[in-house]
Amino acid sequence: MPLSPLTSNLGLEPYQGSWTKQTTTHLLNRVLFGAKQSEVQNFLKKGLNNAVAELLNPTAPLPTPPLNEYNSATVIDAAVAPGTTWINQPTADGTINSLRRASFKKWLTGVMIQQDISIREKLTLFWANHFGTEADTISNANMLYQHHDTLRKNAIGNFKTMIKAVTIDPGMLRYLNGYLNTATAPDENYGRELQELFTVGKDNAVQYAESDVKAAARVLTGWRINASYTSYFDATRHDTGNKQFSSYYNNKIIIGKTGQAGATETDELIDMLFGKTDMAKYICRRLYRWFVYYYIDDTVEKNIITPLAEIFISNNFEIKPVLSALFKSVHFYDQLYIGCQIKSPIDHVIGTLRKTNVIFPDAITDYADAYVHFNNMVSQLTSLGQNLADPPNVAGWPAYYQSPEFHELWINADTLPKRNKFTDLMLETGYTRNGRRVIIDTIGLAKSISSNPADPNQLIQDLFDLLIATDIEQSAKDNLKKQILLSGQTSDYYWTDAWNNYQSNQNTINFNLVNNRLKALIKYIMNLPEYQLS
Amino acid sequence: MKRRNFLRNSLAVLTPTVISGNPIHVLNNHSIVDPEVLAKVDNDRVLVIIQLNGGNDGLNTVLPVNQYGQYYNARTNIAIPEKKILSLNGYSATGLHPAMTSMQRLFNEGQLDIVQAVGYPQPNFSHFRATDIWMSGSDSNEYLNTGWAGRFLDSNYPGYPDNYPNEVDTDPLAIQIGSITSLTCQGPLVNMGMSIADPNSFYNLFDATEQAVPNTNAGYELSFIRRISKQTNKYAARIKAASDAVTQQTVYPNTSLANQLKIVSRLIKGGLKTKIYLVNYGGFDTHANQAVATDTATGTHANLLGAISEAIGAFQNDIKNQEIEDRVIGMTYSEFGRRIKSNASGGTDHGAAAPLFLFGKNVRGGVFGENPTIPTTVTVSDNVPYQHDFRTVYNSILKYWFCVKEADNLQIMLKQYPTLNLINASACAIEMENPVFEKNAMIVAYPNPFSQQSRVEFKTEGGHTLVQLLDASGTVIKLLVDATYNYAGMNSVTIQGGDLKPGVYYIRIQNGVHQYVKTIIKM
Repeated sequence: MPLSPLTSNLGLEPYQGSWTKQTTTHLLNRVLFGAKQSEVQNFLKKGLNNAVAELLNPTAPLPTPPLNEYNSATVIDAAVAPGTTWINQPTADGTINSLRRASFKKWLTGVMIQQDISIREKLTLFWANHFGTEADTISNANMLYQHHDTLRKNAIGNFKTMIKAVTIDPGMLRYLNGYLNTATAPDENYGRELQELFTVGKDNAVQYAESDVKAAARVLTGWRINASYTSYFDATRHDTGNKQFSSYYNNKIIIGKTGQAGATETDELIDMLFGKTDMAKYICRRLYRWFVYYYIDDTVEKNIITPLAEIFISNNFEIKPVLSALFKSVHFYDQLYIGCQIKSPIDHVIGTLRKTNVIFPDAITDYADAYVHFNNMVSQLTSLGQNLADPPNVAGWPAYYQSPEFHELWINADTLPKRNKFTDLMLETGYTRNGRRVIIDTIGLAKSISSNPADPNQLIQDLFDLLIATDIEQSAKDNLKKQILLSGQTSDYYWTDAWNNYQSNQNTINFNLVNNRLKALIKYIMNLPEYQLS
Repeated sequence: MKRRNFLRNSLAVLTPTVISGNPIHVLNNHSIVDPEVLAKVDNDRVLVIIQLNGGNDGLNTVLPVNQYGQYYNARTNIAIPEKKILSLNGYSATGLHPAMTSMQRLFNEGQLDIVQAVGYPQPNFSHFRATDIWMSGSDSNEYLNTGWAGRFLDSNYPGYPDNYPNEVDTDPLAIQIGSITSLTCQGPLVNMGMSIADPNSFYNLFDATEQAVPNTNAGYELSFIRRISKQTNKYAARIKAASDAVTQQTVYPNTSLANQLKIVSRLIKGGLKTKIYLVNYGGFDTHANQAVATDTATGTHANLLGAISEAIGAFQNDIKNQEIEDRVIGMTYSEFGRRIKSNASGGTDHGAAAPLFLFGKNVRGGVFGENPTIPTTVTVSDNVPYQHDFRTVYNSILKYWFCVKEADNLQIMLKQYPTLNLINASACAIEMENPVFEKNAMIVAYPNPFSQQSRVEFKTEGGHTLVQLLDASGTVIKLLVDATYNYAGMNSVTIQGGDLKPGVYYIRIQNGVHQYVKTIIKM
């Protein structure tokens, strides 16, 4: 047993090994919310380079926005017809606003469950964690949607463009008090987090000064939000004095400007931040922790982080080349990193639903039922410790920054049993509304993922390939077959007969014979500690 | 070799696990504390730690009544009206926020310690870094991978989690109420704490036949998950039984903090031997609108303080009723205080030192230390300088509440810190040092204000004596004296003003039970 995390000596050289079911699954598990069997088959055929290119270049249209699904006998959003989107309609009604916020979370859950087959949603979540805004604090649902929309549209684009967009994004201005930051009353909140959390970071070597926080806050004075939820620059609130930065920023002075030119100081500030190699390294570390593993020692720093940062800088802060190099590297496919991430609640819940092909009502044509089911998943995520769009604070979820435990923080005596409860629930009863049940269809799953579900050995192998990222000893699989699929018998044909009987005569007795065993088998696999890894 | 044996055979190291460069994960193969040299703490004492997330505004929590004018000038838009401040018996200079009536009652009954201006030499203004500093007990420039309570528990329960639970140690060593795990209880090998949201809803985890884990990072994480799984199963029955054993509790308000404390009371009464409970309450990052403009005694911050006060009041009431109040003390803390001057958004930005509370039947009661001095002209960067090092509070709890021996304490705290007489002397039957000098007689500086130089005369009771110079932001900028004296008496040191900008500075002395701050002005 390893007593501490391990590090691969391999760097960013292109992976030349064979492109297998395992490497494909590994890539897809990290880039999507859990890889479905059909997706693995599909990307296995494409080969590494095509697979990475396709995943990094989404072609699907952006998700259709959230709808008014919240009208009730007591509350009616008169400005928005049921089943149409609320994102362009301001509201002054607090109740409606909070219903819209809830609608946003349900919608976002649905978007992840029905994600396009690209990196877009996982990166959008990465940025939502990176910028750490809380829906509760932004409060206004329209701004909340807009904020996440900004993240999604910029997710795979240019990081500098994104920082600029986020800096003056109304949701962010609200979240970190930027809209209250004025010449006479500077508010340091955004100026601090912009440096500490969003760009250069606060690792030990990063030695910007407390005065830099204050200077940045002064640069950023004057940004406001108007009644239609767009931001604008109010020159009368801008601090027109010169802003002196510390030696960390080469004693840079941003000359104070009057009138609308004051807004350009924000660009100058961002240019200054992007002049620091620390910034590129900090972002690359965060990406590495998100997509590979949390443990970064001197070797990873030298072999991966530094060269990735160079790619980031030489490509003018485009995100795609960085990820492309990482996903094509020998380091990424080193056995040391296969299945080493503890699933976040989102990976666990959404991944389970995706991998087992759970069918939800259509989010548009059948939105009323769909949003109720999405909401059940929002509740599950919250109870497992990941309240969507509402991380604990501006640093995002501690699993992505808190040393030494990092993503181990997802798992404890409270959340581990709840994770098992969730998968048990999805296998046993699921959720029902209007007579429609959202549940794992075990037999349907067996048929769709297994080349020969009548063969218990093949079926078990296929289920493990789908659900478990690490290798499991054959003896354990044989034991499962015997104990569960064969009810303690030794001959494979007990299962084969049961399966074939059900195929030819789908009566209740035959159904139960097969379904109960399959359910027990999948429950067992999903309750394994190994299922918590991806 | 089993890990337990491995630990016993490894060397004791007195130096902290400091990681320079990136804060990265290094899991040590050795215990920080050598189990053989530590005497096990053998008592039924419990500490409840209440974390106030976000940085509580100390100046609007514990108010400097004797400097009301300066206080009001510094934060007119959020200042609490003088008449509404709650008074404290025997301490006319200091008062509490009007929402804290239950804590006022506790104070007047001698069940509340107010420790003034708690902080550390180089305050960090990042929520996350500052929280880590508080949880680990590190210096600001030091990265510790363990929590202070984790080191304490590790010293008493060596080798955990191997061979735990056992016949003697049947229960979790620490319990965090909620779904998160904190650095506070991180030991050198594993986190010594266990997280529980609801003691009644445990779910039996699957005890699968285990195969050896692979020698990969997946294997490393797998062994972690298996450990949590086993731990959960092992302790689940004990926790549920403890919870079920208590059928009656007094009334608690319906706030998340009160609900957490209610569970804590139940588990203690129900018989768990758990020594440390962690609860938390968020929302203290009050950058804007912390008080209602038309009635500054109300609003967001008032609600937060009211919730703390009511929850602690209800908890004390309940544990008295349950007849366990002799065994339990509690402590509040927040990662930092807030700026002296309020901002124009009706809020306060990240600051430095702030008061903390200890509560319980066995705390000594009273205000420890002086009100922070509020400058007559306050600038936006001015902070409350620290008077009490937060580690002296931890140290005092370890020594006077858990009765940890001095030598062991050093291994847990990693450095020598003084103690404060925060706990009733009877708790550990240890004699407490009593101050020889009046605090305000400890330092004289003249001239003050000064331009070229100022001569600082300070008294020491003997032993380790620290004299520091802090700037207005609350940061130590000069170490004037760091020496050990074998006599009690007078000494002096000179501050050279040449390189100091004009403004407010503070001289801080730390010696024996004394931690005292004096203002000095550079012209």
